[in-house]
Amino acid sequence: MTIPVAAGSAAESYLASFEQLATTDRAPEAVQAQRRAAFDRFAALGFPTTRNEDWHFTSVSPIADEDFVLLSSRSGDVRRQELDAFKFGTTDWHTIVFVNGRFEPGLSDLRALEPGLTIHDLRSTWTGAPDVAARIGTIVDWQNHSFTALNSALRLDGSVVRVAKNATIQRPIHLLFVTDANAAKGMLHPRNLIVVGRNASATVIESYVSTTDAMYFTNAVTEVSIEDGATLRHYKIQREGRRAFHVGTIEAKQARDSHFVSFSFAAGAALSRTNVYTTLGGEGCGTTLNGLYLLDGEQHGDHQTQVIHAEPNCFSRELYKGILDGRSHGVFNGKVYVHPIAQKTDGKQTNNTLLLSDTAHIDTKPQLEIFADDVKCTHGATVGQIDRTALFYLESRGINAAQARRLLTYAFAADVLETIEVDAIRTGLEAMTLERFV
Amino acid sequence: MSLLEITGLRANVGDKEILKGLDLTVDAGEIHAVMGPNGSGKSTLAQVLAGNPAYEVTGGTVRYGGKDLLEMQPEERAQSGMFLAFQYPVEIPGVSNAYFLRAAYNEMRKARGEDEVDPLEFADIMEQKLALVDMDPAMLQRSVNTGFSGGEKKRNEILQMAVLEPKLAILDETDSGLDIDALRIVADGVNALKRPDNATIVVTHYQRLLNYIVPDYVHVLANGRILKSGGKDLALELEEKGYDWLTGGSTAAVGAGAA
Repeated sequence: MTIPVAAGSAAESYLASFEQLATTDRAPEAVQAQRRAAFDRFAALGFPTTRNEDWHFTSVSPIADEDFVLLSSRSGDVRRQELDAFKFGTTDWHTIVFVNGRFEPGLSDLRALEPGLTIHDLRSTWTGAPDVAARIGTIVDWQNHSFTALNSALRLDGSVVRVAKNATIQRPIHLLFVTDANAAKGMLHPRNLIVVGRNASATVIESYVSTTDAMYFTNAVTEVSIEDGATLRHYKIQREGRRAFHVGTIEAKQARDSHFVSFSFAAGAALSRTNVYTTLGGEGCGTTLNGLYLLDGEQHGDHQTQVIHAEPNCFSRELYKGILDGRSHGVFNGKVYVHPIAQKTDGKQTNNTLLLSDTAHIDTKPQLEIFADDVKCTHGATVGQIDRTALFYLESRGINAAQARRLLTYAFAADVLETIEVDAIRTGLEAMTLERFV
Repeated sequence: MSLLEITGLRANVGDKEILKGLDLTVDAGEIHAVMGPNGSGKSTLAQVLAGNPAYEVTGGTVRYGGKDLLEMQPEERAQSGMFLAFQYPVEIPGVSNAYFLRAAYNEMRKARGEDEVDPLEFADIMEQKLALVDMDPAMLQRSVNTGFSGGEKKRNEILQMAVLEPKLAILDETDSGLDIDALRIVADGVNALKRPDNATIVVTHYQRLLNYIVPDYVHVLANGRILKSGGKDLALELEEKGYDWLTGGSTAAVGAGAA
């Protein structure tokens, strides 16, 4: 794959950050070498332009034009109570907290981990679990994606979650990334690795939230390995500050009979891009990629999903919904590749958008490339507005116009919200959806 | 003072005039049947009274409980006790029937200056209302009208009517698409809700429903006007002779799609 790039200049402003990291950060030589290789790739690729097919509807020049400072030392000033707003009313989740990109053990809840579960901050694995650390960079394609390359070059911190074979982890695991006002004009490149062992199962929530309306840039990458017969339910909650930039990639590799159930919720940031990629790398796998994005004002929110059916007898289900108000711009690009060997693939993709204003718009692009002949793959996209008949029906029952609109807006998202298996998250996101467009 | 006084009402759908100077007066305690051929304007009358913005009122006045109905928003009309049972009840996927009914019920209570009820209190209220229309409580957990059969949708309309206890109920072709058992259930529900201080307008094409909901007055609507009014016997006469003897055969086929 070749990607057209903008030449040189973008990378230069990041060179200082990279060099600073190379001289001040006490990372093992193996990590340093990986960072160098990744920075070289980033320098070669540059930031993607809209001539790049994968970025056709999303210009990253607001990110490229800014000089962000790498948040390299602990700068957070967040109190424990402030985190309550981001925990969906729960107190019993396994929680690892990062503030402005750095691990905060004092804010985390990592005691009493269930048997079979280990959670580390990334830096501690460099010396404590080098075999695990070595897997970082082996799942995600950092050679061809500039933001992933950039993350790989500047990664400082993050989390490593491992679930031992046959373990069923009951309580959700929360990777909570918070920014506060000290993140202003800064950038963070969180890097996570999630490994779910044979026949194990777990639920991981990855939250990107903020207590500030400052401008900053989050560029996160999460690598996921789901081994034979294992199940990972993954929720990404993007509620960055309204002036923030967010690019986040989740890339999974699935082994035989494994299941990946992903939900991506995006409501924050001025400009955001979420990539959810998975490869069905063994027979009998299933993937469910669902998502909901709520945009208003001048927000730009982009989702790209990619399902690679590399083996026979796998299924993928995809339902993404967007609610767009104001002058917001939504983008959905759903890629499905079916390799020649992947017979009996059963794939379905749906993207529905509700436009609440005449000035909001959506670019939706299904992209199916099918090289096997005995497969069932469908896709569908709809773009609509509030149903006037339904609105009148509600009003005729005494429900005022504003509430009726709110109810119908929520109702549009109801089916995708209902797929959320964690009650606290479902209830929380339902409330956010109801309250968002008043 | 009459509950509803319609004088010279004119209304358009798009550029097409459907109601062409309609007069109708309804008092509390009365049941009025509005009958007429397809395209006569029956459903337009029902929609205009409920305030559907898809219809444009171009002339005439409507006074409801002494107030200017045409100045009121649809939700104000509902909060003032007007209820339209839709000919085609709208499906709203994603909103449960229980939530919808409680939201509507609480809007009525708020409009009357009463406290809202919580889901538990509301469940008690629903118990007897469900029995009235012979409806399975499980229907409350389903999305509003979504995947309901024709009969279930119509029963759901009467259930809403039972919950909202309107002063003026307008039943728009509530009998259409119902088998005889469902028709009886719906009619029994309407009759049970009749009180000296409320009124019902039954809009229908056929006399069949009027065997079960016996009107005090029958009006024949044709070509956008009330052509003839009478007692319940008029309905029987229409059933026997059709509409042509009143309309001279000229309106029977007019704009069937616009009803």
